Amino acid sequence: MSKKIYNKDQVIAGLVIFIALVSFPFWYNLGKAAPAPKVELTKQAKEAKFCVRPTEYMKAEHMQLLDVWRDTVAREGKRIYVNEAGKRFTMSLSNTCLDCHSNKAEFCDRCHNYASVDPYCYDCHIDNPKEKK
Amino acid sequence: MESSRREFLKVAGVSAVGMGIGTQPVLDAFAASGGESGEAKAPKMVRGENALTAVHWGMVIDTRKLETAADLEPLIEACHKVHNVPHHEIKRHEIKWIWETEYHHAFPGKSNKYLNEGAEHRPFLVLCNHCENPPCVRACPTKATFQREDGLVLMDFHRCIGCRFCMAACPFGARSFNFRDPRPFIPETNKKFPTRCKGVVEKCNFCAELLAEGKMPACVEASNGAIAFGDLDDPESEVRKLLRENYTIRRKQTLGTEPSVYYIV
Repeated sequence: MSKKIYNKDQVIAGLVIFIALVSFPFWYNLGKAAPAPKVELTKQAKEAKFCVRPTEYMKAEHMQLLDVWRDTVAREGKRIYVNEAGKRFTMSLSNTCLDCHSNKAEFCDRCHNYASVDPYCYDCHIDNPKEKK
Repeated sequence: MESSRREFLKVAGVSAVGMGIGTQPVLDAFAASGGESGEAKAPKMVRGENALTAVHWGMVIDTRKLETAADLEPLIEACHKVHNVPHHEIKRHEIKWIWETEYHHAFPGKSNKYLNEGAEHRPFLVLCNHCENPPCVRACPTKATFQREDGLVLMDFHRCIGCRFCMAACPFGARSFNFRDPRPFIPETNKKFPTRCKGVVEKCNFCAELLAEGKMPACVEASNGAIAFGDLDDPESEVRKLLRENYTIRRKQTLGTEPSVYYIV
C-alpha cells in the first residue's frame, strides 16, 4: 500500500520551483563560459622567445618561482638567477619580469582577473617601471 | 636459545647498518627526481659578481665634517630618494631611515653638563645602527627582521605583520611604521626600488641593494668623504684605519647592542 502525500499538488509545485531556483545559475549561464584569456606578448618578449624558464613552466609555476626569488633575494642576498641554459637574470619583479613584460594590463592582469586572483605584489613593487608618469 | 640482551643488540645494530646502506639508492633516486626534468643543469641562484662582501659591515661618521643641517640635508635626501621613503607632513606618520638629531638625544649618558661648542650645536646624523646584537630581531615574532651573515639587520617586508614589537625593542628609534599607504607621499619615485605598503615597519638597510651591485651606500656616496663604510672585521679596511686613528663613540653602548655605526666627534 502506497503512502499518501498530504497536499500533493502544493508539495510537487514547491519542489519544482525549488529545483528551478537552485539550478538557475547553471542553466542560465549554460554555454556562456568566459573564454580563456589571450595574453599579449610585447615585442621584446616575442623576440626573446625564451623566458627565464620554459614557457610551460612559467605558465604553471611562475608564482612558485617568484616566491623562491623573493626569499632568496630578501633573505640570502643572492640576486642573480642562472637558468638551465646558463643565462643570468637579476631576480627582480619590477626590473626583470616587467622590463620585458612591460604590458602588465594585457599580460599579467588578464589571466589574474580571469582566475580571480589578486596578488598583492604590486602594493609595493612598481608595476609600470617603463611608463613615464 | 640463550637470547641475551647482548645478542639482541648485535642483531639490531647489524640490521640498522644494513637498512642504512640498503635505502641509500632509493633516497638518491628521490633526490634526483626532485630537480625537475633532470637532463639539463638545474638552475641556481648566486650572488652578483660585483657584489661587495664583508664579514661585518660598519660605518664611521666623521661629525667634524658635517657641521650644519645644510651639510646633512643632501645625505638624507639621497637616501630617502633612492629608497622611496615617503614624506609625511604629519609628524606622527613620519618615516625616517636617516635623520638628524642633537648630541643630547643621540648620546644620552655621554652628555656632560658643559659641552664643547661642536657637540653642543652640531646636528648629528643618526640611522639604524645595524647592531651586532640586535634587539629588534629578538623581538620580531615572524622573523621578518633578521640579521644577515655580513651583519646587516634587514627587513623582509613580505613577512612583516606590523606588530611593531621591533619598534618598541629598538633603543634608537630607528624604525618607522607605515600608518598610511606611503605611495601618495613619495615625492619622486625611484622605479628601480619597491615602495612599502600600509602596515609594515621600515628602516635603513645599509643599502643592501646597492652593495649587491658593487656600489657604496647612498649616504656614503653623497657625503664627500665624511662617512666611511667598510668591513669592521678587516684590520686593513678604511673604517678600521679611521677607528685606529680617531677617538670614536657609539650610541647607547651601555645597552650592549654593539652598534656598527661609529662617530668621530
